[in-house]
Amino acid sequence: MSKSVSLIVAALLLASPAMAQDKTQVGKSPPRNYGVGQVATPAQIAGWDIDVRPDGVGAPAGKGSVKDGEKIYLEKCAACHGEFGESAGRWPQLAQGKGTLASHDPVKTVGSYFPYLSSVFDYVRRAMPFGDAQSLSNDELYAVVAFVLNLNDIVDDKFVLSKDTWAQVRMPNESGFYDDDREKSEKAFWNSRPCMKDCGPPVKITGHAAVIDVTPEDKTPRKGGVE
Amino acid sequence: MTDSNDDTRTSRRRFLTGAAGLAAAGATGAAHAGNPKNLPPNIAAWSKTLGDGVAVRPYGHPSKFEKNVIRRDVQWLTASRESSVSFTPLHELDGIITPNGLCFERHHSGIAEVDPDDYRLMIHGLVDRPLIFTLDDIKRLPRVNRIYFLECAANTGMEWRGAQLNGCQYTHGMIHTVQYTGVPLKLLLEQAGVKTNGKWLLVEGGDASGLDRSLPLAKALDDCLIAYRQNGEMLRPEQGYPVRLVVPGWQGNMWIKWLRRIEVGDKPWYTREETSKYTDLMENGKARKFTFVMDAKSVITSPSPQVPVKRKGFQVISGLAWSGRGKIKRVDVSLDGGRNWRAARIDGPVLDKCCVRFYAEAEWNGEPWLLQSRAMDETGYTQPSKDALRKIRGVNSIYHNNGIQTWALKANGEVENVEVG
Repeated sequence: MSKSVSLIVAALLLASPAMAQDKTQVGKSPPRNYGVGQVATPAQIAGWDIDVRPDGVGAPAGKGSVKDGEKIYLEKCAACHGEFGESAGRWPQLAQGKGTLASHDPVKTVGSYFPYLSSVFDYVRRAMPFGDAQSLSNDELYAVVAFVLNLNDIVDDKFVLSKDTWAQVRMPNESGFYDDDREKSEKAFWNSRPCMKDCGPPVKITGHAAVIDVTPEDKTPRKGGVE
Repeated sequence: MTDSNDDTRTSRRRFLTGAAGLAAAGATGAAHAGNPKNLPPNIAAWSKTLGDGVAVRPYGHPSKFEKNVIRRDVQWLTASRESSVSFTPLHELDGIITPNGLCFERHHSGIAEVDPDDYRLMIHGLVDRPLIFTLDDIKRLPRVNRIYFLECAANTGMEWRGAQLNGCQYTHGMIHTVQYTGVPLKLLLEQAGVKTNGKWLLVEGGDASGLDRSLPLAKALDDCLIAYRQNGEMLRPEQGYPVRLVVPGWQGNMWIKWLRRIEVGDKPWYTREETSKYTDLMENGKARKFTFVMDAKSVITSPSPQVPVKRKGFQVISGLAWSGRGKIKRVDVSLDGGRNWRAARIDGPVLDKCCVRFYAEAEWNGEPWLLQSRAMDETGYTQPSKDALRKIRGVNSIYHNNGIQTWALKANGEVENVEVG
C-alpha cells in the first residue's frame, strides 16, 4: 500500500509542468481502489434508475390506454402542447409534420421525427409535466404516451401500452438517422493549405442582420464613433 | 415575466426609449469626453477621499462602470426562461478565460439548487461494484486541472438561413472557457470496475429535466472529467453545482450538470436529447446522429456589432478560435470578405480543445471592411465558409454551424452582421 502511494507521488512529481494539457499520471496509472464511495443498494438504484432503451429494457411495470391518456393529456399537457399536439405558442409540437423533413419548414414531432418509442417515453418519464417532473404514476405515464402515439396515428384508439405491447410500436422515422459521417462527407474541409490571396471574385453583401431586426434591444453602443 | 437584459428593470428600458433616452445617450458621450474636474491638471475626486475598506465587498464584483457586461437572452427564441439560453458577452472579454458569472447558461428546467450535503453520484449497470459517492468522496480523490471550451451545438444555429442576430454575443455567445478542477471519469469508473461488455454510459442530471445522454465509454476513459470547480471556486449553480460532467471538445449538451447518475450499458439509449434534439437534419430529410465533436471555429469579437469602431487609424482586431478535435494551429483574418487572408497572431496559451485568443493589427481609414476569421486545427481541418457548409448540409440542421462569420465595418464605424456571396 505505502509502496503504491509513493509510486503515485513519484509519478506526479515526474509529470511535466502543465503547460500543455498533457494527460498526467492521474487516472492513467494502473487502476487502484481508493476505498472511497459506498456500495449502492438495489433499492437505491431502483429509485433513480428510470431510463428506458429502444428495446424496452428499463420500462416499468404498469399499463395505460389511449382513452385514459386523453384525460391526463388534456389536464396536464394540452396547455402547452395543444389539444391535438399542435403546440401552443413556442412549446414543442407533438403531432403532425409527416412528410415535412425534406422541406424548408421541417416540423419535428413525435410522429414525424422521434426514432423510438423509448425516446419519448424516457423523456416524459423524467421531465414531464414541465415543472412537475416525475409526478405521473407508471400507469399514467403509459397512458399519456399511448395518447401521444395515437395523436400521431401510430396506434389505434383501443391501444393499451405496456411492457407487453412495447415491441408492437414502430415509429415512422426509425430509419431517418445515420451516424456522424463528417470525416467522409466533409473531407474537403481538411485542407491545411487554404487559399490566401486573390481567392475568387470580389464579394458582395447579400444579407443584413440589421434589416431583419430581430436582435434584442440592449444598451451596448451600436453607433460608430467616426464622423 | 420580467425583462432581464440590462439592469433587469423594465421600467428603465421604457424610460430610455423616450426623450430621456436621448439625454442618456448624451450623458454617455459626455462620459467619454470625461469630467474636467477629474482630469489634469485638476485632482480627481477618488484621489482625495477614502474608498470602501476591506471586506466591505466580501465577494467582489466588477466595477460599477462595467454594468453592461452581462449575459443576455433572446426572448422570442424560447417559450420560457426555465428552458432557455443566455449568451456570454464575448464582445466585452479578452484573453481566453470566461469569468464565472458570465458563462452562458442553458437550462432545460431551470437552475437546480443542490444542497452539497445531499448530493450523491451513483454509478451502476455493467459494473462489478455499484457505488454511490458523496461530494466529499469525490473531493478526496486525485484531481486534475484542465482548461476547455464548452460550446453548445446550437451556437450560431440562428444563422443557417442568413445573417440574423446583430451581435457576436447572440451569434457566437453559447461558448465559454474555464479551468475545471475534477477527477478523471476513468478513475471514478475504475472504482466501480466496468465489465468487459460495457460500451456506453448513460449520464444523467439531477435537475427537473433529468437530462440524459449516451456517452461512448472510449470517450469517458480518454479525457472526461467529473468537475466540481471552475476557475478555482466551486461550480456556479447555473453550471451544475456541485458536480458536472466535462466532455472536452464535444457538444455542450453532453456536459451534464448536477450530475447524479452514470449507468454503464452495452448500447446507446437514443434519448430524446440525442434524437429529437442534437441530430442534424440534412436537405434530404435524413439526419446525422451522434455528431459529438465541435469542429474548428472562430469569431472576431472586436470590432463587432456591439463594439463599433471609435476612431480611424490603428486598429486591433481581436477574436477567439477553438476546435473540438485538438489544438488550434493557425488563425487567418481577412478584411475583404475572404478574398485575401493574413495570418493572425495567437497570444496566450494554445491548449488541447481550448479557445485561443488571436489578434490582427491594421490601419483603417474609413473604407468598408468585410471582416472574417478562419481557424485551422492541428488535424488540418480549416473552418469552412457558410456557403460551403450549406452546400453539404442545407439550411435545416440547426446545430454545428461553424461557418466563417462576416462583420461589415461601415464608414461611420458601425459594424453589422452580414452575409456575403
